[in-house]
Amino acid sequence: MAGLPRRITKETQRLLSEPVQGISATPDENNLRYFHVTINGPKDSPFEGGVFKLELFLPEEYPMAAPKVRFNTKIYHPNIDKIGRICLDILKDKWSPALQVRTVLLSIQALLSAPNPDDPLANDVADNWKRNEAAAIKTAREWTQKYAMSGGQ
Amino acid sequence: MESDDDYYEDDIDPDDYDDGHNFDNEDVEVDEGYLGESSVDARISSYNPDLGDDDPYPYECLSADKVVGLMNEIIREVNDIVNIPSTTLRILLAHFNWDKELLLEKYYEYEGNQERIFAEAHVISPLKSKSLARRKSGRSIEQACEICCNNYSSSFMTGLDCGHSFCKGCWSQYLCTKIIDEGMSQTISCPEFECDIIVDDAVVMNLITDQKVCRKYQHLITNSFVMCNPLLKWCPAPDCHHVIKVEYRDKRPVKCECGREFCFDCGESWHDPVLCMHLRKWLKKCDDDSETSHWISANTKECPKCQVTIEKDGGCNHMVCRNQACKHEFCWVCLGPWDPHGASWYNCNRYNAEEAKKARDLQESSREMLQRYLFYCNRYMNHLQSLKFEHKLYARIKRKMEEMQQLNMSWIEVQFLKRAVDVLCQCRQTLMYTYVFAFFLKRNNQSIIFEGNQADVEKATELLSEYLERDVTTASLGEIKQKVQDKYRYCDSRRNVLLRHVHEGYDKDWWEYIETS
Ligand SMILES: [Zn+2]
Ligand SMILES: [Zn+2]
Ligand SMILES: [Zn+2]
Ligand SMILES: [Zn+2]
Ligand SMILES: [Zn+2]
Ligand SMILES: [Zn+2]
Repeated sequence: MAGLPRRITKETQRLLSEPVQGISATPDENNLRYFHVTINGPKDSPFEGGVFKLELFLPEEYPMAAPKVRFNTKIYHPNIDKIGRICLDILKDKWSPALQVRTVLLSIQALLSAPNPDDPLANDVADNWKRNEAAAIKTAREWTQKYAMSGGQ
Repeated sequence: MESDDDYYEDDIDPDDYDDGHNFDNEDVEVDEGYLGESSVDARISSYNPDLGDDDPYPYECLSADKVVGLMNEIIREVNDIVNIPSTTLRILLAHFNWDKELLLEKYYEYEGNQERIFAEAHVISPLKSKSLARRKSGRSIEQACEICCNNYSSSFMTGLDCGHSFCKGCWSQYLCTKIIDEGMSQTISCPEFECDIIVDDAVVMNLITDQKVCRKYQHLITNSFVMCNPLLKWCPAPDCHHVIKVEYRDKRPVKCECGREFCFDCGESWHDPVLCMHLRKWLKKCDDDSETSHWISANTKECPKCQVTIEKDGGCNHMVCRNQACKHEFCWVCLGPWDPHGASWYNCNRYNAEEAKKARDLQESSREMLQRYLFYCNRYMNHLQSLKFEHKLYARIKRKMEEMQQLNMSWIEVQFLKRAVDVLCQCRQTLMYTYVFAFFLKRNNQSIIFEGNQADVEKATELLSEYLERDVTTASLGEIKQKVQDKYRYCDSRRNVLLRHVHEGYDKDWWEYIETS
């Protein structure tokens, strides 16, 4: 772990020893700043039952700069775009060095429970979400089944 | 239209002299030496059709250091009235866009509930902060920094009055990131998540050791002070760090110490007679259409007769083909023969609606819009280009002036030549912006009068330009002076007639504008 700041070591240890429910984060063997993440779709959301893979990277400037996080599993969500980028304020202007990987992942989990079509990243999805929420939720459920359940990618 | 004979009486008013241009009279430049020779000239030059005679526009040119002084002065002034630490006061003032009257008004309006004003500005009220901070710092010997996860003695831990403390190393890194990477200054908040208490400048200067970051911070603070303050504006010249300070905001020309003259309202080069709003639209359009306007600004055209490529290397539009066998004389702008340009019925500057109609029949209307735009753009660019060439003329005229001084004319006697080039440049600049004005203008009776005035200035300017570029080197000295003075005075008077008319139109709502996309 040469050159890895104490802060990252401590965060990693805690993530492994006291994992958050429904979330796993494992550092990559070759790069301890890179994490393989899974988030379980929250109960009562169209993502329920799905297991979503994400990648999380701690840049050189971390914790002054926010971690870089991206969904690797396709997901139908107004704040997540086609290539898995996430629109979340704490990953951008609301980032504080006092936040942690743990809090970031919790926020993403919360975003799955409460999509926010008024601050969209994927415009077409957000449009559908606003115009016909029931249909959008149905699509999100289908995508979850297709891409985020065992057998999906 | 007025005859050419009455222009002296018309346009020269001895009281016109003292307008805003001469505000900084203490550093009268050498080139204003003509004052002694002919004060009439000076009066013409400083006439501004926008102004009444007793309506100067006072302003000051400040160095960056003076701006910092000004900022501190405001803080001191307010501090004398309300007893708040200056670091807190700076944040409060920034919150009120440096409007100290507004701050004081609110401060007294919230009398008894002044906490509110501090909360809105994201600072802890200085009335209660001390206890909080002390309690925190005096608590333990070893503390863990939440950012780096290291333990430090509490003397190495620090924070704002909100009570969140972090180690000095993390603080300094945090501030560097905000200042250097994000260009923030007066809105940097505590590093704690969702704590919006703002970092004051004393804390910043205390925690940052890198001089480069300190300088950047100070620059950003100054900049936001200038940006907030409607009476201050940075000189737009690249690498110029001066600020112009006015007493009231207006669409008026101001001149920086570095020589740049600009519109105080919009920061562009002084653009009379076109409105800031239209100039902004125009410049945006030019940017968007850079592809189409590219070829317009090119400096070469073909001789309309023999197709030899001709390069424009001076400001004059009267071209003579370099091909000795051709020597065709034509107008650079419209490529028409030069001959009729002297005649009063010929209007190279007037967009020919007849022609446009033909074009419309052939092409769709969008094409017409483009042609209309290109028409005005072409003329605008042409003057812009010519202005860039006039420095060559300045150099040539300077040599001529030296030559004349060797022939027993005094320094002051030969200043008329420089003055002539000054007038030429002024006219070109005005003309340039009249095409922007015209582009947005709907046709009506007044716009036709405007076009007539514009044509007059065009013609007069070309005559002056041509004389200065060609004949001045061949004519006899006595003849030169008389002719040059006649020509530039005429130019100047025509320019004033044009400007005055446009301004009268603004006052009386004559102008109607076209819709543009
Ligand atoms: Zn620290
Ligand atoms: Zn705080
Ligand atoms: Zn300047
Ligand atoms: Zn302006
Ligand atoms: Zn020719
Ligand atoms: Zn012409």
